[in-house]
Amino acid sequence: MTLRVNDLKVYYQTLRGDVHALDGVNFDLADGEIMGLAGESGCGKSTLGKSLIRLDGRMRHVDGTIELDGENVPIADDRAMNRFRYHEISLIPQYAMSALNPTRKIGRMINELLRSRGVRPADVAEELDRRLELVGLDPDVLKRFPIELSGGMKQRVVMVMATLLDPSLLIADEATSALDVSTQRSVVESMVEFRDRGYVKSMIFVTHDISLVYQMADTVMVMYAGRIAEKAPASTIINDPQHPYTKMLIGALPEVGTTTEDTRLEGIPGTPPGLLHPPTGCRFKDRCPIASEECSQTPPLVEIEPGHWAACWKTGR
Amino acid sequence: MLELSHVHKVYRVGAFGGARLRAVRDVNLTVEPGEVVSLIGESGSGKSTIGKMVLGLTGVSSGQILFEGNDVSRIRGFSAKKEYYRRVQGVFQDPFSSFNPIFKADRVFEMIRSSYFPATSDADWRQKVLDAIGTVRLDPGNVLDKYPHQLSGGQLQRLLIARALLLDIKLLVADEIISMLDASTRIDVLNLLADLKERGLGILFVTHDLSLGNYVSDRSVILRKGAIAEMGPTRAVFENPMHPYSRHLLSCVPQLHRTWTEVDEELAANPPEDVVLPTVGEDDDSAPLTEVEKGHFVGIDQH
Repeated sequence: MTLRVNDLKVYYQTLRGDVHALDGVNFDLADGEIMGLAGESGCGKSTLGKSLIRLDGRMRHVDGTIELDGENVPIADDRAMNRFRYHEISLIPQYAMSALNPTRKIGRMINELLRSRGVRPADVAEELDRRLELVGLDPDVLKRFPIELSGGMKQRVVMVMATLLDPSLLIADEATSALDVSTQRSVVESMVEFRDRGYVKSMIFVTHDISLVYQMADTVMVMYAGRIAEKAPASTIINDPQHPYTKMLIGALPEVGTTTEDTRLEGIPGTPPGLLHPPTGCRFKDRCPIASEECSQTPPLVEIEPGHWAACWKTGR
Repeated sequence: MLELSHVHKVYRVGAFGGARLRAVRDVNLTVEPGEVVSLIGESGSGKSTIGKMVLGLTGVSSGQILFEGNDVSRIRGFSAKKEYYRRVQGVFQDPFSSFNPIFKADRVFEMIRSSYFPATSDADWRQKVLDAIGTVRLDPGNVLDKYPHQLSGGQLQRLLIARALLLDIKLLVADEIISMLDASTRIDVLNLLADLKERGLGILFVTHDLSLGNYVSDRSVILRKGAIAEMGPTRAVFENPMHPYSRHLLSCVPQLHRTWTEVDEELAANPPEDVVLPTVGEDDDSAPLTEVEKGHFVGIDQH
C-alpha cells in the first residue's frame, strides 16, 4: 500500500471562520495505481492534492493521518515535510509556466532544484536526457528559456522534472487542463508510461474532466463538498456508478455523438453547499432526488463490493 | 443572416509590429436564423478572432462580414453601432469579469434600459426583465438584488444571456461561454441555447471542446490555423470526418465510454477513405473548400 489517508481534515482559516474544505477523507492508494480525483470546483479535490505535499499559510491540518509506504507523513510540520518533498512526493501544477522560472534556462533551473534538494546534478544528468527523449523532447530544451517552449512542451518538461528522483507519489493537479486536446492526449499518455516504467510508483490525477480520467486512471474517486462520494475502478464509475451524485454528474456530460435532438441531458439542480458552515448529514441531500430522512445522518464510506466504495445510505445494502 | 465571405485577419506582432500573424485566413461561413453554428478549434485557430470580428470588437483585414445584408466593418458612428448591438450581442468566457463587483448583478439590466429603452415604464420593464430571467430558467428571487460574488458562474452566465435577450437580438455570439462552468451546470446553459435556437435565434457558438460543440449545434466548423479545415452538418462532420486534422482531433477527444486505445483500434480496423483536399500555392493566402457531399466541405491541409 503506497498511500493511506485516514480521516483527513484540512480547514481554511478565514475571518468568518473555518472553511471545511476537507472533512474526513479516507482512502488508500495501491502501488502502481493511478487514481483520478474528480469533482466540481470547490469540492476539495485540489485541497486534497495540495495537503499531501504542502499546506499553505491559510490551510490548517485539523485531524487525520497520512502514511506513505508505511511511514507517517507529517503534513502539519512544514520543515519535517522537506524530506518528503520531491524525493517521495512530487507535484505537477496546472500551469507549467508557474513551475518554471522565466529568468533561468531550463537546464540551469533543474540543476538548482536538484542541488537545493541535496542531489548532485551530474548524478542524474544522463537519466534526465533519457527521460526527455522518452517524452519526445530534444535534450536541447535544457539550453532554452521556458518562453521558447510551447504549452505542451513545458508541461512535459515539468513532468520529467517532477519525476526525476522517482517519487513514490506524484500529484498532478489539473496538469493537462490548459492544453489542447491533441497535446493533452500525448502528455497523458506519457504520464501513464512513466508509471509503467516505474518512474513514479503511484499517481493522483486531479481533474474536473471525468472522461479524461477514464482514459488513463485505474480508479476514480469522486468528491463532493469536502467529502468522498464514491471511489471505484474507472470503468465501474463510468458504467455502473452507485452514488446518486456520480450518477447525475455522469448523466450531465455530453459526449461526442449526443445531440439535443436525440436526448436532452439534465444538469444537477441547485448548487453545492457552502463549506463555511457545512450542513449536517449527507452533503448532497438537498440536491439528491432520492434523499430521505436517514440522510440527515452522515453516511459512512463503505465498501459495497470489493474495490468499490460509496458514501450513501441508499447503496450497499 | 450572417455571412462571412473571404474574411482575413492579420495581426501585426513583434517588437515594432514588423512581423505578421495570420489569425484568420479566407473564412467563408453563414449563420441562419434558428441555427447554431459551432466554431471549433484548438488555441490559435482563430475561432475567438472570428467572434470578435462579428461583434465589431476588432477590424477585418480583408473580406466582408454581412449581417442582414449590411457590412459590419463599415458601421460608423455611435447610433449605428448601437442599432447593430440591438440585434447582435456577445457573451464571453468568464462571467465573473463581465460584472462590476461593486454593483449588484442586475445592474446590467438597468444599463440596457437606460441605453435602449428609456421610455419604458417601470412596471413594463420589470415584467420584461422577469420574462427574460424566466427564459434563461432562473428564479428571480434567487438572482435579483444580489452581488456577483453571491451568484454562481452558471447563474451569472445565464444572467448575461438574459441581458442579451432583453434586446431584440437575432444573433448571439457565445464565446466559450461554458468552459468555466462546472459539469453539472454547463448542461443547463447548453440546453438554454437549444431553447433559444427554437425561438429563431442564430447562435455562433465558439468552443474548443468537441463534445460540447457536437451537443448543441446544427452545423460545425473545424478551424485550424485560421482556415476552415472542415465544415458541414454536425452529424456528418462528427460521424464521418473527412479531413485528416478533424480525424486526428476526434481521436484525441477523451470519451466517456470509449478509451483512446479502443478508438485507435477501430480506426485501424476500418481506415477511413481518403479524400482529395484542395491545394493552394506557396504564397497564395486563400483557403478554398471542396464539397465532398452535400453541404459538407473540406479545406486545405496545413502543416
